[in-house]
Amino acid sequence: MTEPCAIEAQELRKVFGDNVAVKGLTLQVQQGEVFGFLGPNGAGKTTSIKMLLSLIAPTAGQAMLLGVPLNESERIRSVRARVGFLPEHFHFHDWLTAAEFLEFHGELYGMPSAALHQRVSELLELVGLTAFRDKQLRTFSKGMLQRIGLAQALLNRPDLVFLDEPTSGLDPVGRRLVRDIIHDLRRQGTCVFLNSHLLSEIEVTCDRVAFIKHGEVVRITELKQLNETQSSVTIRATGLTPEIAAGLSRWGRDIQLDGSTLAMAVASEAVLPEITRFLVAQGAEIYAITPQRLSLEDLFIQTVGTEGVL
Amino acid sequence: MSPTLIILRLTLSEASRRKIVLAAIVVGLGFLLVYSIGFHIILTNVNANTIGNLDNAAGALTVARQEGHSFLLLAGLYAITFLSIAMGALLAADALAGEISSGTVQSIVTKPVRRSDIVLGKWLGFAVLLALYQLLMGGGVILSVWLQSGYTAPNLLAGVCLIYLEALLIMTVALVCSSRFTALATGTVVFGLYGLAFIGGWVEQFGSFIQNQTAVYVGVVSSLILPSESLWRRASYEMESPLSGVLGMSPFGTISVPSVLMIVYAGVYIVIALLLALRIFSRRDL
Repeated sequence: MTEPCAIEAQELRKVFGDNVAVKGLTLQVQQGEVFGFLGPNGAGKTTSIKMLLSLIAPTAGQAMLLGVPLNESERIRSVRARVGFLPEHFHFHDWLTAAEFLEFHGELYGMPSAALHQRVSELLELVGLTAFRDKQLRTFSKGMLQRIGLAQALLNRPDLVFLDEPTSGLDPVGRRLVRDIIHDLRRQGTCVFLNSHLLSEIEVTCDRVAFIKHGEVVRITELKQLNETQSSVTIRATGLTPEIAAGLSRWGRDIQLDGSTLAMAVASEAVLPEITRFLVAQGAEIYAITPQRLSLEDLFIQTVGTEGVL
Repeated sequence: MSPTLIILRLTLSEASRRKIVLAAIVVGLGFLLVYSIGFHIILTNVNANTIGNLDNAAGALTVARQEGHSFLLLAGLYAITFLSIAMGALLAADALAGEISSGTVQSIVTKPVRRSDIVLGKWLGFAVLLALYQLLMGGGVILSVWLQSGYTAPNLLAGVCLIYLEALLIMTVALVCSSRFTALATGTVVFGLYGLAFIGGWVEQFGSFIQNQTAVYVGVVSSLILPSESLWRRASYEMESPLSGVLGMSPFGTISVPSVLMIVYAGVYIVIALLLALRIFSRRDL
């Protein structure tokens, strides 16, 4: 039997009154995959996650979590023992200490107390809060709260973890920590469903990314593919003439010459040595050749457009 | 530990950490102190006056004293009934609504627990807190009266249990509202209903006194909407002195006594309200 998908959604839809929050979400996320969920504000990302976690009921459609349909409430409840979740704008009982907070959530997972104590210490260490284990959460900064929230999502060593904007409120060190944790999770075979508006973050952590717009998936891309395909190149050289520029057209397009700087789009980076040889043969003095990959941001703007992006 | 018990424990530790228990004890002791001083002053004043004016009839003196003690005890318990229901409403109003609006509930219901565990755990936690409050305040008033005068009312246990049942009733109704509305809206609805039942109770009393069926009917209907005032009237009926029971003249005495059926109704009301809270909370979007 093949392993079931971590997440499988079929035309999942949510309507609040007249407002269609999610039009029809269809996607499959494999186990062990780090999956990015991208879209402008108000595209329905958080609503989609909430439906997958049974926080809100879908208006229509169906979805499965680790092979279990959402509408089988008793089975889905036991599946949740294998799922972690860091909500967006994470809030908590701030009168608990860091250790008490994690123990409370671990008990809700049904973890036996000896294993839980050990896991709590491990996680406090992982998120760098060991020194604050007996401090009440009300004394924590936003970044510290985000870290303890992340620890909470990992208590049960989940097979599938939903992170809704995990780096909001974090400084660069904290962001690096989240990135490292996601890398570790991938190594351990945990599926991560990452909802973030920080494109750079998705770019460095995810295997695949779904673009969501007006409540539906408009494109799913493998990031590896993105890196290997289209790129552009900027050449800084003296002795560039319009004739030389025209001569480059056999390797690419959109050639723009501006004084000593020439920019063009190429199909693949493999053509760069040939371009270099050509330029040298034509008598140009090359100072720099800088290939530029199509960034996720370019792809995002291309796919989602700029309308509605706040 | 079962999820319900985990939530129950969290509810109790929240009440203690957030100084709710401490505040209730400190202010409660203040109440008991004022009550005891008042009782003491009235007691010595009445004793001095009655001994001066009424030195002949020892039997009448005893009866008059007992009536005074009964009146003061019921007055104290009446105040405590109101404090208990306010406590129940305040605790429960924010319970679900607060956790929903702050979002704390999101990381809890996505654990392998039933939503009903959360409602049930909180309900049990509040029931324990209200019982402790009742023990402190009701027990304090009863003890104060007994220590100063040696008076105890009949059927004390039944009376105190009915007062507790009233606090549970209001708390449960607040929990139902809290599963759907904001904390403020919950408070408004619950105290509004309480006021309706309160005034309905007086309309019924008055109607019974002047033998007006319509007024009695209005009172019964308001008791069915929320049987809180009926529970107090039954409690005071249980605990009033035999004489005022016969005369029916004391402000805390009852002319129209709520039947045992009304108490059963209140019990069923609580169970149904709790089931409703479970159902609403289990189905709503969070």
